[in-house]
Amino acid sequence: MALLQIAEPGLSAAPHQHRNAIGIDLGTTNSLVATVRSGAAIVLPDLDGNCLLPSVVRYRDEAGQTVVGHAALAAISRDPINTIASVKRLMGRGLKDIDEANALPYRFIDAPGMAQLQTRAGVKSPVEVSAEILRVLKARAEASLTGDLLGAVITVPAYFDDAQRQATKDAAQLAGLNVLRLLNEPTAAAIAYGLDNAAEGIYVVYDLGGGTFDVSVLRLAKGVFEVLATSGDSALGGDDFDHRVYCWALEEAGLSGLSPSDARLLHGASRQAKEALSEHMQTRLAAELSDGLLVDLALERDTFRDITRNLVQKTLLPVKKALRDAGIGVSDVKGVVMVGGATRMPQIQQAVAELFGQAPLNNLDPDKVVALGAAIQANLLAGNKQDDEWLLLDVIPLSLGIETMGGLTEKIIPRNSTIPVARAQEFTTFKDGQTAMSIHVLQGERELVSDCRSLARFTLRGIPPMVAGAARIRITFQVDADGLLSVSAREQTSGVAASIEVKPSYGLSDDDISRMLSDSLSHVHDDIEARKRREAQVNAQSLIEATRSAMDADGDLLSADERTGIDAALAACAQTAAGDNTRDINEAVSRLNQVTEAFAARRMDRNIQRALKGQKIGEL
Amino acid sequence: MNPDFQQSHFALFGLPERFALDGAALDAAWRAVAAEVHPDRYAHAGDAEKRVALMMATRVNEAYRTLKSPLSRARYLLALAGTDTQEDTNTAMPADFLMQQMEWREAIEEATRAREAARLERLAAELGAEARTLEGQLGDALDTARDLPHAAALVRKLRFLEKLGQEIDDALELALS
Repeated sequence: MALLQIAEPGLSAAPHQHRNAIGIDLGTTNSLVATVRSGAAIVLPDLDGNCLLPSVVRYRDEAGQTVVGHAALAAISRDPINTIASVKRLMGRGLKDIDEANALPYRFIDAPGMAQLQTRAGVKSPVEVSAEILRVLKARAEASLTGDLLGAVITVPAYFDDAQRQATKDAAQLAGLNVLRLLNEPTAAAIAYGLDNAAEGIYVVYDLGGGTFDVSVLRLAKGVFEVLATSGDSALGGDDFDHRVYCWALEEAGLSGLSPSDARLLHGASRQAKEALSEHMQTRLAAELSDGLLVDLALERDTFRDITRNLVQKTLLPVKKALRDAGIGVSDVKGVVMVGGATRMPQIQQAVAELFGQAPLNNLDPDKVVALGAAIQANLLAGNKQDDEWLLLDVIPLSLGIETMGGLTEKIIPRNSTIPVARAQEFTTFKDGQTAMSIHVLQGERELVSDCRSLARFTLRGIPPMVAGAARIRITFQVDADGLLSVSAREQTSGVAASIEVKPSYGLSDDDISRMLSDSLSHVHDDIEARKRREAQVNAQSLIEATRSAMDADGDLLSADERTGIDAALAACAQTAAGDNTRDINEAVSRLNQVTEAFAARRMDRNIQRALKGQKIGEL
Repeated sequence: MNPDFQQSHFALFGLPERFALDGAALDAAWRAVAAEVHPDRYAHAGDAEKRVALMMATRVNEAYRTLKSPLSRARYLLALAGTDTQEDTNTAMPADFLMQQMEWREAIEEATRAREAARLERLAAELGAEARTLEGQLGDALDTARDLPHAAALVRKLRFLEKLGQEIDDALELALS
């Protein structure tokens, strides 16, 4: 094998070659896509120059043709049942979890795990609707980038639970995006803010979006963004302020029982009035209903403040909780970064200023900062060399636990644990000869199972029959860097290691994804097989490059035998990648992965030793 | 397969194996090591490296968590020395300690019922001071006297205090909402 250039450990073999990666802010109201170009993060506009894509999807016909964005938004009161807005509020949620379901004009279908929507193009899950938005953003990015798109960082509210995260990842996969990471929105904002301002110290990010509220407390020090605590409310946002104005308008105008179209129309007018009051002390709320009735009301800023007072208060509670969990007081906070369009409301600015005793930081565009931060993170994850190197240490927002006797929850991983994190717990059998066991995984802080989010129920089978209490079943809960949970179990005493992997029940299986993919692609004449083959080839190529550069850098860690084994796997990988059999390529890739695992572990070990030494020199 | 996973948490961070700990040094070492193994550094790597990075980063975070809290650090040192802390089995406590426990528990219950955040905060501060005293004694028992049974008894006491602290936290959260 020819000698190659030596690359930085963990970096690509060809550092000069820019890898395209994007950051996507998949918002309740608007979505954006950004990338890093010539060292600067920029939001990518559409052909008309609009950066914001309204997160609205309209199913135009029975064949499933969609329009997304401004055109869909324009049709919302004309075609409310087939035009889906704020779908983010439905992600990973069962019908009973959606408080406002009755107020929404959609035809809901209750389905296990997640509510579905009946549209003229058939039943659609929120995952499919979100994938439509992501597809448009992906196409927008591809049109402006040269070369293949390596992958995307997609932001989620920090307070999203496992079901909501998994649904978001599924949507990205459905849209054909390689997800480099799910990134918490306030953390993304902190990256953009922190790097831009060389900030050091304790910062709070107050992120009030269209439908979700997050607050994160971070310590920024020497290129490390460490989330100390996060809290929030995944069903509280600017939409709720619109709704208060809408309810006020109904009462003032003496209206009730509006048609879905009129309701949409009046909601739109309410939103405009809310936005106008960020600039003016008074505004008019006007709409002409379908029966010709003219609603025309004057709304004062003070009235708006009064009718939304408890919503503002509702955001302060998670702020106090996050500060408590982080173990800090308001006087320790160096700055409060405001994120999300809804933070433009004067009453929000005022409440935050009062609580912290300092003016909040508004020097970033609250609509764009999350997408920009995601793009910067995507650029780093893609392995592009950049001026700033930093490390992100994030946490899980909600405790994970299991159901024990009497409908109670036992916490296994507490909230605000730094991810990735794993915890193992041992269980035993209750009866003689018991060969199966049911496990119910929950997320939330409450003591009662019924107050927590049910993530998965699974049954462990194949436990060797023993007397009660003799079996030792070790269940491991692993939360990865995306904040996603996987559970595995193993019987310890028998030596017969019955091991299982659990995919939570609300997640889509690979078959579901394939089916949805073929459904959605059938009308655009895309060849899924060709796409899968291309992905496999790109994947193989990048693994070959990475392996070769690793061997150049740390080849001394390998024995001659190991080197021969890896060389053979490399050659097989290169050979299959040149052909067009997708399955062969994937098998060769997985073999190469297998034979390099021990090598990878030794290299990381060496890097750790190097890092500790470097740090001690730095301390002297 | 992996020698690194048998290393002690202290060795992982290049720190001396004792109870007295320089918190800033632990923080700095954690950050340095975490930076090397964090999955973000391997997001574009092959599956093998991703898998190893996830395992290593998980292990590093677990080690940090264990060493950071004095109670779990003491428990870990005792485990390394082969001493069982008997937290679930040995409930024998000195009478005066038990009396104080009962008084605290009553005070917490009262303050919780009254939803008095300030009183709860005061109780938390009192508990914290008591915990610091016990931690000082733990340092002596583990690092100087090497009296492991005494250290185990102190761990059991601290465990009691931790549970009380948790009750105060829960009550405070309730008082906040």
